[in-house]
Amino acid sequence: MGSVGAKEVPVLLSPEGLRIDGRRLDELRPIRIQAGALRQADGSAFVEWGANKVMAAVYGPREVHPRHLQQNNKAVIQCRYNMAAFSVDERKRPGLDRRSQEISKVIAEAFESVVFAEEFPRTSIDVYIEVLQANAGTRCAGLVAASVALADAGIPMVDLLPAVAVGKVGGAIALDLKKEEDNFGEADLPMALVPQSGRLVLLQMEGHMSPEELAQSLDLGVRGCREIYEKMKQALRERYALTPAAGGAA
Amino acid sequence: MLGLLSRRPPFVQVVPLSGRYIPKPGDTVIGTVTDVQGTFWLLDIGAPRWAPLHMTGTPWDVEVGETDRYLRVRDAVIVQVENLDPTGRIGVTMNGEGLGKLEGGTIVSISPARVPRVVGRGGSMIQTITRHTGAHIAVGQNGRVWVDGTPEAIRRVTEALRIIDAEGQRPGLTDRVESLLVSTAPTDRSGPVSPQRESEYRDAAVPPTPHHPVHEDGEEEPDEGDASDGEGSGEGPF
Repeated sequence: MGSVGAKEVPVLLSPEGLRIDGRRLDELRPIRIQAGALRQADGSAFVEWGANKVMAAVYGPREVHPRHLQQNNKAVIQCRYNMAAFSVDERKRPGLDRRSQEISKVIAEAFESVVFAEEFPRTSIDVYIEVLQANAGTRCAGLVAASVALADAGIPMVDLLPAVAVGKVGGAIALDLKKEEDNFGEADLPMALVPQSGRLVLLQMEGHMSPEELAQSLDLGVRGCREIYEKMKQALRERYALTPAAGGAA
Repeated sequence: MLGLLSRRPPFVQVVPLSGRYIPKPGDTVIGTVTDVQGTFWLLDIGAPRWAPLHMTGTPWDVEVGETDRYLRVRDAVIVQVENLDPTGRIGVTMNGEGLGKLEGGTIVSISPARVPRVVGRGGSMIQTITRHTGAHIAVGQNGRVWVDGTPEAIRRVTEALRIIDAEGQRPGLTDRVESLLVSTAPTDRSGPVSPQRESEYRDAAVPPTPHHPVHEDGEEEPDEGDASDGEGSGEGPF
């Protein structure tokens, strides 16, 4: 970037319409998904998404701890999103903070709308998301990792949950913001999609957008999610050495 | 859920390839005691919930409050799933052929989805492993395998089970396991264990008391394995 002072805003969009890392406005960062990355957990996944590295582990359905959270008609979904102290430039103070509590809550609620929780009354499905390296979009990367991990754990779901953030940078709507774009951009809009129904089960926004820009962002985000969806299914097929014809996620 | 899809209108079914053990009435399963109460024990059978084993579901004449004289926390048992209720409660019993407390040996956990592979068609895989190692093996439908025998035999059986767990979906598994067992056979008695030697060992392993019946090698399991095998091979890429 060549900036000296922290106040200096980098050029986020070139005259040719390319972004800070050379991507087009509707282009995702490279994504690599590995299903079944951990041996101990019932299900797991590791996602590398641009410079993000996120590990997800799923345990359950299993006995609920603490007991008073138990629901007698369905499973409870407990999620813990956490960022490692070394995941960002300046050391992140370890442990729960307001931000990670919020993200844990919205991710758990997103999964509540796709998991067949009624199948497992009085149990708990525990989802752990650990961000090892962060570069904007970690809640989406965490959601994608956790979703693949849930499928790997054999938990029945309506669908996988691809997620991506759309934002406004340099006055234009752009898919999948990276760190500089998130920090210096005008808006950030993470979303998670149920591809089979087209329903959004997570939608948050920071910054400012016009109603027209919002509509355009939603369109772009849904298209991005569908692209990620294919990568998620591919990761699961690779894990179980399946060809597309023989089976898939259901 | 991740699995193999089969369409039988008007139903679709997904046969899982992974995940926890989902209990089914009639399944023989291996569990460990996690809690002892006045009239029952709680068993971890790898299912979503702990399964209560009531004192009337045992071959023993248990007095109320004396449950811990028979089974304690961490003891291993082989039991049968009797019933499931809509709240997810799993009823198990220890009354039946081949059920009881497991004495000695060790328990190896594998994915429940791999149990039909471990048993093999008509019990072929389990027979292969038993023949080559002389170990005493009981397979639970929940993916827990109890192995008893010499430390060497237990080590070799565990290695074979790890291979089945990791490569269960690929063809030619029995041959690969057999070649592993031949290659790891102790040098002083390479090849299959003589029947006499095996029966000597078995007599020593079975406790004489009727209170602790020990499961005989693969006598009933092959049938169950065969049935689920048939289901899988009909639709899947096996």
